[in-house]
Amino acid sequence: MSAARNEKIPDWLVNGYLKQKDLQSPSQEELAKGALAVIECPQRIPCNPCSENCPVGAITMDDINGFPEIDYDSCIGCSVCVENCPGLAIFMVDCSSKEGCEITIPYEFHLSKVGEEVEGLNRKGEKVTKAEVTKVKTKEQSSGDTSTVTVKVPEEYAHEVRNIRRIQ
Amino acid sequence: MRIEDHPILSFPKGKTITFTYQGKKITAKKGETIAAALHNEGVIELSRSGDKNRPRGLFCAIGKCSSCLMTVDGIPNVRTCITLAQEGMKVEKQTGFPELPTDSKPLKAKDSLDTKETDVLVVGGGPAGLKAALTAANGGAEVTIVDENPFLGGQLIKQTHKFFGSSEQEAGNRGVAIGESLVDEIQKHPNIESMTSTSAVGIYQDTVGLYKNREKFIKVKPKKTIVATGATEDMIQFPNNDMPGVYGAGGVQTLMNVYGVKPGNKVLMVGAGNVGLIVTYQLLQAGVDVEAIVEIAPKIGGYFVHAAKVRRFEIPILTQHKVLSVEGEDGVKRAVVARIDKDGKTLADTKKTFDVDIVALAVGLSPSYKLLHHAGCELKLQPQLGGYVPKRDDLMRTTRDDIYVAGDASGIEEATSAMLEGAIAGADAALQIGKGKEAEGKLISDSQNRLKNLRAGPFYKPLREGLKEVTV
Repeated sequence: MSAARNEKIPDWLVNGYLKQKDLQSPSQEELAKGALAVIECPQRIPCNPCSENCPVGAITMDDINGFPEIDYDSCIGCSVCVENCPGLAIFMVDCSSKEGCEITIPYEFHLSKVGEEVEGLNRKGEKVTKAEVTKVKTKEQSSGDTSTVTVKVPEEYAHEVRNIRRIQ
Repeated sequence: MRIEDHPILSFPKGKTITFTYQGKKITAKKGETIAAALHNEGVIELSRSGDKNRPRGLFCAIGKCSSCLMTVDGIPNVRTCITLAQEGMKVEKQTGFPELPTDSKPLKAKDSLDTKETDVLVVGGGPAGLKAALTAANGGAEVTIVDENPFLGGQLIKQTHKFFGSSEQEAGNRGVAIGESLVDEIQKHPNIESMTSTSAVGIYQDTVGLYKNREKFIKVKPKKTIVATGATEDMIQFPNNDMPGVYGAGGVQTLMNVYGVKPGNKVLMVGAGNVGLIVTYQLLQAGVDVEAIVEIAPKIGGYFVHAAKVRRFEIPILTQHKVLSVEGEDGVKRAVVARIDKDGKTLADTKKTFDVDIVALAVGLSPSYKLLHHAGCELKLQPQLGGYVPKRDDLMRTTRDDIYVAGDASGIEEATSAMLEGAIAGADAALQIGKGKEAEGKLISDSQNRLKNLRAGPFYKPLREGLKEVTV
């Protein structure tokens, strides 16, 4: 224990959520061109389905315990990694529309319907904005057995909204 | 309370049966245990303790802990969490140490004792045991696999989340699906006989004693035995930790994901390791509220990504907090927690009370080593591996050359590594009895390499240190 006490524990390992500074994110310029994956996986754990399933080899790892690194010049925004990540830690962000950004969220709960208005939640589960469901993929339609929901949010929430709550 | 609608699982209605509890009629689903059926009807107090008459309920829900003992058809001390409810059964709450029935006839050896020979006996039908049985059988051995639960699959049958690891070995597949496909292979395999509701009660020189369906003893003479008995959930100390509603997190998971029974309405989870984080998420999927996760360490112990999944549903994770007490009468009504300082002292002004009916403990697992102990295998207390584990070599052979170990019984780890250890043990057992061929040899070295890769990261440093101490 005494050795552990001297180690600096990162905030995210105490709080359970990441901040923007902890992440490799595409620039707003890159996002304006189309959908790109944002990987929120800051720990070296033995897991590789994201890089193994990426159809264009955009996600690389040193070995199975490495950090997944994404090359935004290669990422085609296909969502295969979102649907295959066992940790539900990858999101797709697309700011190519002028009306806001679309965020694709792995979502293993009762699914909303396209057009439904939902609450956009941040990484702490707090409501930050209204969101509109633009696409729903059931687990049967998903390439990796995980259902996803895509929502449209104002551009300033592109790096914040990571969950939704249906309005009762 | 049944779970009607689940995003991952489906719980078909199926046939129902009825039994009585304290003379009252209870309807159960066919294939459901007595404890699950009672829980569904709101009966959570299963017995009373002998000395202080305290109410006792379920804890582990997989036959390990004896917290669910009841009198069934006049027979006391029946583990109702692994005993299937049957039409017309008479179930009674028991108090203390009940009398044995005086009117039942003792078992007569000649009609109750079967003997049987087998190449490889596998004890435990979880990920390690299933894989061991399949591997040995594929190598040409005649295999018998036994499990004391009513079905094979071990804890895979409640793992609704996708597994991590390598895409080459099942990563990205849900534990339930992995379990179903392994059990299916076992059941179709011509070389494997499987026995459920069967306990291995002792390992002697050349014989293993089995007790089947609470009615028959079987003496098995195996050439090799693979012990894959898994692990049991740990308990921690606080006032009223024996109250019905204080459950193992795995017990909660069994109720909701295997039987489709809601464990309660509001939960406090204790422990932010992978089990606590994953079960919290699965409770949310089952429509059960989780008030908070309490973790005594200053940081989250499980994978961050599992923590992030529950944090984005606004579940607080209170690190450096402990449970002070649980309050209630016949069941949990509240739990009181507080922050601790760096020396572990409670900071009284940080007390928080949660109105919950379930306190789920995800505070660690201990290897189920008793059969190995009974067999005379050398054990070592190795905290990084969860408790007492047998010394073994890199082929999973214990200090007795006819006994192997695999899975959590050899040290607490993941199902993925349990399957690899099972494959190594099964393949070597086949080779040692002169059955396996080159394929088994290759499987052993491949599995050893995969295990090494899985364990290579910083997360598994303590595990590596522990394994070094017990691998001979």
